Amino acid sequence: MDTQRTPRRRPLTALAGAAACLAVLATGCTGSPAAGGEDGSASGQDVTLTFWHGWSQDNEVKAIDANIAAFEKLHPNIHVKVVGNIADDKSEQALRAGGAEAPDVVSSFTTDNVGKFCAANVWSDLGPLLRKDGIDPAKTFPAAMLAYSRYRDNQCALPLLGDAYGLYYNKTAFAAAGITAPPRTFSEFEAAALKLTVADGDSYRQLGFMPNYHGYETAIAHYLGQYGSTYFGPDGRSTVATDPTVAAALRWQKSLVDKLGGFEKLERYRTGFGDEFSAKNPFTTGQVAMALDGEWRTASLAEDKPAFDWATAPFPVPDGQAASYGRGYQTGTIIGIAKGSRKQTAAWALVKYLTTDTDAVVSFANAIHNVPSTLAALDSPKLEADANFRTFLGIARHPASGTTPASINGGAYQVSLQNLSYEVESGRQTDLAAGLAATAKEIDAAVDQAK
Amino acid sequence: MALPLPSAPAALRRRRRREHARTLAFLSPWLIGFGVFFAYPLVSTVYFSFMRYDGFTAPTFAGLRNWDYVLTRYPFFWQGLGNTLWLVAVMVTLRVAFGLGIGLLITKVKTGAGLFRTAFYLPYLAPPVAATMAFAFLLNPGTGPVNHLLGELGLPQPGWFTDPAWSKPALTLLAMWGVGDLMVIFMAALLDVPREQYEAAELDGAGPWQRFRYVTLPAISPIVLFAVVTGVIQTMQYYTQAIVAGKVASGVIGGSGQQFEPGYPHGSTWTLPQMVYSLGFQRFDTGSACVVAVILFALSMAFTSVLLRRRSGLLGED
Repeated sequence: MDTQRTPRRRPLTALAGAAACLAVLATGCTGSPAAGGEDGSASGQDVTLTFWHGWSQDNEVKAIDANIAAFEKLHPNIHVKVVGNIADDKSEQALRAGGAEAPDVVSSFTTDNVGKFCAANVWSDLGPLLRKDGIDPAKTFPAAMLAYSRYRDNQCALPLLGDAYGLYYNKTAFAAAGITAPPRTFSEFEAAALKLTVADGDSYRQLGFMPNYHGYETAIAHYLGQYGSTYFGPDGRSTVATDPTVAAALRWQKSLVDKLGGFEKLERYRTGFGDEFSAKNPFTTGQVAMALDGEWRTASLAEDKPAFDWATAPFPVPDGQAASYGRGYQTGTIIGIAKGSRKQTAAWALVKYLTTDTDAVVSFANAIHNVPSTLAALDSPKLEADANFRTFLGIARHPASGTTPASINGGAYQVSLQNLSYEVESGRQTDLAAGLAATAKEIDAAVDQAK
Repeated sequence: MALPLPSAPAALRRRRRREHARTLAFLSPWLIGFGVFFAYPLVSTVYFSFMRYDGFTAPTFAGLRNWDYVLTRYPFFWQGLGNTLWLVAVMVTLRVAFGLGIGLLITKVKTGAGLFRTAFYLPYLAPPVAATMAFAFLLNPGTGPVNHLLGELGLPQPGWFTDPAWSKPALTLLAMWGVGDLMVIFMAALLDVPREQYEAAELDGAGPWQRFRYVTLPAISPIVLFAVVTGVIQTMQYYTQAIVAGKVASGVIGGSGQQFEPGYPHGSTWTLPQMVYSLGFQRFDTGSACVVAVILFALSMAFTSVLLRRRSGLLGED
């Protein structure tokens, strides 16, 4: 038998393999960016800003370019180099790295980044700039949008158009089922969902509503928007185990899942859905008769022209909170100034224009079919909005509309709650109180780790 | 007048110094590469595993806090470790066995061997993201042709990437589909086995299994070892296919209020490399990411070391 020992040098093969992973981590070791200051743009000095955004579709790029052109006309000495189709990950890396090519102004589709960027002082605090220019954020922006653009007292971002979530319903299916008006409470909603469900063997010909958490926009956070749930207390600790509305939302969703056929059966049906952002969306194809979705779907439906009549309404609310009908979950795009930018004055001029100039906000909203992010723009007569889109304007204005708050570690708390929600809906977790307590502990541990 | 001869030890020392300098000069490209791409990242990773560092602000010493967080309070670590070890054990074994099996079959084919070689090698050339998306389509439980066929045959239709019990087997199928690289290596090794040894074994009355066991396997044992070691290292770094399959099958695109679920479904495809990315580049918790990277490195080292030491036990006498 060969008893020869392998030389110890051989494990170098393994070292070489692992080195790639380690090298990736080492690239993150860069210094923090230095803060910039007065750039002379206020006194007419020429300044060129770099603005990174994530929009990529032709109409979106055209719209943002038009806004930038209008800004440059107003500020002839400020030139803007626009870089589009930038993913959030790339922006984050650029902000980490800094340097001459790093962006001065950045927009992001993910409001979850706000907490991380604010806490790490990566984006400038816009609070003093707003005060200097006499802009009262509370009177300028809807409350929910303001909430997701700040972390504690640091207003390091501002909203740049928003998304509001409401109910889409198939009017033709409603008429066939004898339902005359969109449901306003969860009881009415459940009854409608059951009535609109048409069996097809052991599946469905039409499902009233897809409640499963992977049913595209039916995330737990979007359901919680209807309850006005909180995520963190004033002490910064998780409230998911102590806020009774969180448990109520999880229970209600599970009950609806069971009433509509059970998790497994619904999941099998769900896997037959087409892409969410295409004409194969299950609401567009008629596979579901009601959907929880954002305002952007109005434009998609107008373009895709489904073979039925449809309409929108606020998503129903829990029976005990009927007075809050009209609320909904809100999110949107945020924009901020890189703390490392040396063109802070010019950058603020651009951010202020894009976020607070009513005509700029309205023209952009009209072009890309998002909800305007200022109260003045929401009321602007120049806003192009049919009855279906106006539903979402109402949700955006509603004082009880909610959002997911900024957290020091981004959306990690949402992942924890999502994971519990998956366990609950599938029946893998039946002790809800214990699950919520463990989730709260997990969220707190992650927040502590990030401090 | 005769010149004084240099003292022998001094001359020897100078010659040795020259030889050392020459050796180092020849080795320097490798030494520089080793230092820049291996030693520095390794030392940095260990260093940052003890630091609090978010990528933006200056790092501060955190002691064992990151280690404590990852090992005792981070809920996904043990599940990710279990999944990674599962993939190492099952995926590597099946890939090597399948690659060897295909290699054996193709070396026996008399006609059309080139066609078979091409057919089995081509999938290896497919980009991992595209291949995974194609498999997600094929194995879609509701609309995929695979389940449609299984249904027609009256067989059970698994949930594949949407079922925690089937998600890792589905990834293993994907890995076996792309086994062309191993097949080519095994074919080269199999064609190198001396024919005389088979003839001698046949004369001794050895059947097909005995010829494989006592002739083929010992002859190709270094290649099998190579396949296993590189397979273990690659699988310890398994990332792209797992994350793409989870993302496609979950239908969740992420965004505010709707975070991407790690390791969909129910964490069953969550691996250590995904954890490194998630902690380091999504949560900006570089310290904890470095802890996972160090553990990953240590595990890779341990596996490789054990495999190389036990090569004779694993592969029989060579």
